[in-house]
Amino acid sequence: MAYQVNISDLAKFYDGKTVLGPISLSLAAGAITAIIGRSGCGKTTLLRCLGGLETPEAGVIKIGDGNVDPRHIGYVFQEPRLMPWLTVEQNIGFGLIGRSKAARATAIAEALELVGLNEAAKLLPKQISGGMAQRAALARALAPHPDVILLDEPFSALDPFTREQMQDHLLHLHQHYGATMVLITHDMDEALALAHRVIVLKGPPGTVAGDFTPALPHPAERTSSQFFAWKRRLHAILSGREEAQADARTGPQQAA
Amino acid sequence: MVNRRSAWLWGFIIPALLLLAWQVVCQTQLAPPSILPAPSLVLATLKSMAASGEMAQAVGATATRLLWGFFFGALAGTLLGALCGASALVRNLADPLVQALRSVPSLAWVPLLILWLGIFESSKITLIAIGVFFPVYLNLMSGIANVDRKLIEVGRVHGYSRLARLLRIQLPAALPAYVTGLRGGLGLGWMFVAAAELLGATNGLGFILDDGEQTGRPERVIAAILLFGLCGKITDSFMAEAAKRLVAWQDTVRN
Repeated sequence: MAYQVNISDLAKFYDGKTVLGPISLSLAAGAITAIIGRSGCGKTTLLRCLGGLETPEAGVIKIGDGNVDPRHIGYVFQEPRLMPWLTVEQNIGFGLIGRSKAARATAIAEALELVGLNEAAKLLPKQISGGMAQRAALARALAPHPDVILLDEPFSALDPFTREQMQDHLLHLHQHYGATMVLITHDMDEALALAHRVIVLKGPPGTVAGDFTPALPHPAERTSSQFFAWKRRLHAILSGREEAQADARTGPQQAA
Repeated sequence: MVNRRSAWLWGFIIPALLLLAWQVVCQTQLAPPSILPAPSLVLATLKSMAASGEMAQAVGATATRLLWGFFFGALAGTLLGALCGASALVRNLADPLVQALRSVPSLAWVPLLILWLGIFESSKITLIAIGVFFPVYLNLMSGIANVDRKLIEVGRVHGYSRLARLLRIQLPAALPAYVTGLRGGLGLGWMFVAAAELLGATNGLGFILDDGEQTGRPERVIAAILLFGLCGKITDSFMAEAAKRLVAWQDTVRN
């Protein structure tokens, strides 16, 4: 089942300086939320707090009822971070400890199929391309069927063609699993094409500069005029020309 | 440029030239045989040592000491290295002492070892173990402690306990460093077995070295040196071959 993610008054300090927050957000269960912002605005820190990799100094994060097993939260890093001594399929099985051999094998086979890496199952990370490695990393996060998936610019290191292919993969996976997804990105196309809701962070310290639900079909047609209108809007918010809350009712035209 | 298959042959060119020069120097009487025996004499000595069984006996005695010393030294280095690598607390407690002991030249332990353990096998094996311990300890400890934080985080997001992270991430990631430590330890082991035997032994390659010196037979000294080198090379090659299988996943130029 997908969980709601609630963040209230979250703040993170480094060396006495606030790098993030205070932020309060409520992310709907089963939705894809994109968090977009420039480099260094604190978006990765936010995601690391959600994933339990950083401990916030203030505020509360509540995923589901607050007692969700960390194994039910998937995390995809910006780099593949595969264990170099394990084959692709062993890497994908990395998050499946404690399950029976048969259950592991089934989950690995399914994840391999989903990301199209059947051919590479027995290869070592050094023998595959960057795009394949990132797909393996995605499969590793998905194999345990997490209820919440946190993605930290998962496709930013890929070439544009592979990136678009992976984005399609991700949407396909979302339809398949229906997990709550939080996607950190600095790519406006990616945010608009994938997300139900787009949150713009500015910073440091990272705070919410924009929060809207683009009224676009899902998945969005990237070449439609609606898409471009929302992109202009997003660009305006990102470049600081507009600080507005927008939703489907106000529409994309406001900034035009 | 160089065919990979024949690359190893290149390593023989310079030794062959040196051997030739050595034979020429001896045959032209440039160096007296009491100082520098001809390669042919050394070869004859090796042959007679092999025929009389002296060679097998000496190599066997030396290798036995080395293996026991290596076993104990590597075992201690592995246990303490793993503990210090895994736990900052243990590292802070034990590592300063180990580092301090490391700066004691290992041969300085000899008098103490002889006083405590006598002049027979146990003092020799202990000396070798001390030599093997440090590289194994250091490499494993730093290998585990310095594993990329990014890989550790993968374990954390998958809900791995600290022990699971140690076993499934840190130890495998530290394997190449550990192998380097074991090979370095083995090299030092050969060094210390020679030292231990020179300091008093009734058998072994080191004994032949000492005996050759005492009785003025440099051909025996050189024969023993050659045997030391050969044995060291053989054990290191075995180790390297075994290691290659273990760390074949490494993305390096050599693989």
